[in-house]
Amino acid sequence: MRKIWEFFKGTLVLVTKGSKAYYAWIVSLLVLMAIGAAAYVYQLQNGLIVTGMRDQASWGFYISNFTFLVGVAAAAVLLVIPAYVYKWKPIKEIAVLGEMLAVSAMVMCLLFVTVDIGRPDRFWHLIPKIGILNFPQSLLAWDVVVLNTYLVLNLVIAVYICYKNYNREEPNPNFFNPMILFSIPAAVSIHTVTAFLYNGLAARPFWNASILAPRFLASAFCSGPAFMIMLFQVIRKYTRVEIKDEAIFKVAELIAYSMFINLFLLGAEVFKEYYSHTIHLAPMEYLFQGLKGHSDLVPYIWTAMFFNVAAFILFLVPQTRENYVTLNIGCVLIFIGVYIEKGLGLVIPGLVPDVLGEIFEYSPTGTEILVSLGIWATGLFVYTLLLRVAVPILTGEFYVGDDGVKPVIVDTEFIRKADALAAQSYRD
Amino acid sequence: MPKPGSRDGQAFRMSRRKMMKGVAAVLGALVLPEKDASASVWEAFFQKNFRELSRPELEKVIARLEKEYSGRFGKAVKVRATPPIEGVLYGYGLDLSRCIGCRRCAYGCIQENNQSRDPQIQWIQVLQLNKERGVDLEEAELYYNPAKVPEKGHFYMPVQCQQCERPPCVKVCPVQATWKERDGITVVDYNWCIGCRYCMAACPYGARHFNWKKAGLPAAEMNPETHYLGNRPRPVGVVEKCTFCIQRVRNTPGRYTACVEVCPVGARKFGNLLDPESEIRYVIENKRVFILKEDLNTRPKFYYFYAT
Ligand code: SF4
Ligand code: SF4
Repeated sequence: MRKIWEFFKGTLVLVTKGSKAYYAWIVSLLVLMAIGAAAYVYQLQNGLIVTGMRDQASWGFYISNFTFLVGVAAAAVLLVIPAYVYKWKPIKEIAVLGEMLAVSAMVMCLLFVTVDIGRPDRFWHLIPKIGILNFPQSLLAWDVVVLNTYLVLNLVIAVYICYKNYNREEPNPNFFNPMILFSIPAAVSIHTVTAFLYNGLAARPFWNASILAPRFLASAFCSGPAFMIMLFQVIRKYTRVEIKDEAIFKVAELIAYSMFINLFLLGAEVFKEYYSHTIHLAPMEYLFQGLKGHSDLVPYIWTAMFFNVAAFILFLVPQTRENYVTLNIGCVLIFIGVYIEKGLGLVIPGLVPDVLGEIFEYSPTGTEILVSLGIWATGLFVYTLLLRVAVPILTGEFYVGDDGVKPVIVDTEFIRKADALAAQSYRD
Repeated sequence: MPKPGSRDGQAFRMSRRKMMKGVAAVLGALVLPEKDASASVWEAFFQKNFRELSRPELEKVIARLEKEYSGRFGKAVKVRATPPIEGVLYGYGLDLSRCIGCRRCAYGCIQENNQSRDPQIQWIQVLQLNKERGVDLEEAELYYNPAKVPEKGHFYMPVQCQQCERPPCVKVCPVQATWKERDGITVVDYNWCIGCRYCMAACPYGARHFNWKKAGLPAAEMNPETHYLGNRPRPVGVVEKCTFCIQRVRNTPGRYTACVEVCPVGARKFGNLLDPESEIRYVIENKRVFILKEDLNTRPKFYYFYAT
């Protein structure tokens, strides 16, 4: 018990230590979080009227961000599969980084749902036994269950691996392997359930298409790994974690395939709607062409389409895939492309035109954007703190001392230049 | 403001309820502007779902609400919780050949049911349709505003909650804050709804409305004859909908809803579907009726028909 307490104290010491760059990063995140919190207080005092949402478009920017982030959380963990299949060297590192990203993304998801609901003070109504969770009838109840399970699962795995490493022990494969294996279907399930949440609504033809869940998965497998590729590069540059080029390029190749599937499924949907040309075409027309002079979403969706196709080509051609400049451009394009397509591009056309044919143009207000910014900052803050502890553990710069109780902290900087790395003592 | 529990050495032995209170104190301070409410704030906060309240608990809740509303509106407000009448299943008929699109029903409804005037919430939405296109919602116009109705070439279709026999709104609610009563009316417990708006996405008829802001309801216009599941004043951040004037029809068997009474051309019919002698049964048996969006299998108890 004492040992765990010392470990915990050690982590607290760690997160307060760092280079100037680390402090600057943390402080800017805290500022954004404070701004977001202030905007949220304003929303609480005035009601959701301060958002752009109304009865016609009853969900908006918050739920869009939520949907996108569920994908990021799912895909970060799914990277474990290729890591196993191709036997990439730093498999433990990839797993931990992915799982921690999943935890942070889940935190953001839960925050986005919280700021969206009208009565956050009644949140306890969702807790089974104390409140009433309408399970298994409501898909939202399913989502509450799987998202929270997923959050806990990933937290447990990541903390377990780190704690074992800190103690200079190998993780027990009898515990660790089944957990990792279980996290894979769990990742698929959070995304599927979230897709079904929309999918199950017969009132909304744009969502009520069976292709929705597969498309969700395909596009998630683009955005999550794109983020991981960029992260891998930062991490191996500024810390002692080594990640092979080969792993990064392989991830990029997998993104290309997923993007192909995503575009193919989109094509299938576009064909069906446009060729059959029923009244259910209206939402798609609104999204891609504009409807009766209303075309707010059109520039966004075409930007997304262009970005996705461009990134697909960049990742498909080996020369551009294995060039870090074009690779990173591709990652940014994909991240933005999927953010638009799986965010507002998915939520809004489900609601507009509304069930009685009214076209209501939704766009987020300043309050919504500030609150969302605050939540993104919170997610990055959580991720930074998790990495602040995990990275030194993985590189052997934070470990239990020879007395088996007191922690030893070698890494006091966290974010530092590569040449400074060489000069430092290194345990392995 | 409620006092947060004393902060002595027992802080770590807080029971779950106390912890909830702590959370609530923070949120409550932000959400609830009334500073004097204290005890009743906690009672409201911990109130159970309507369907789980025992008789005495329900009486306490109603007493609390009546006191709160009477204070706020400066008149004696009655909150009833009249249960469904046995052997009654309400149904509604709307004669499209008579409706002239005057929207008296929509405004009569607002007065009867205490909707917010600012921002305005309307449970009845009257659509203007083109005669040559028939019931084509893509061509519907909600904001028609000519000097005189009806306009040539158009007909009018009011849409409100269709009181579905298989209501998708009920299925999706994550906390069972909305349900179908035995007399076929779908209701919302405004004290249990968390305001997630999933039901609004699920309803195929645009019948559910959200309180985006604190309701603007002038005391002089407030109707003090209310029902817990119906027209009592709604808090901010919850969903509301048409309840077939539950406060009228349950309290006085055979009484019409406000929209039926106010319609100047008699386009609206209402009655008990289980009573073979009722007006609504006559309509169903003698006119050709149709229901809206029948392909969705929601089975509305709201029948449109053309009498002439
Ligand atoms: S019309 Fe809408 S609100 Fe009314 S019962 Fe049907 S689904 Fe529910
Ligand atoms: S808004 Fe209220 S009634 Fe509608 S689904 Fe959410 S909790 Fe249920």
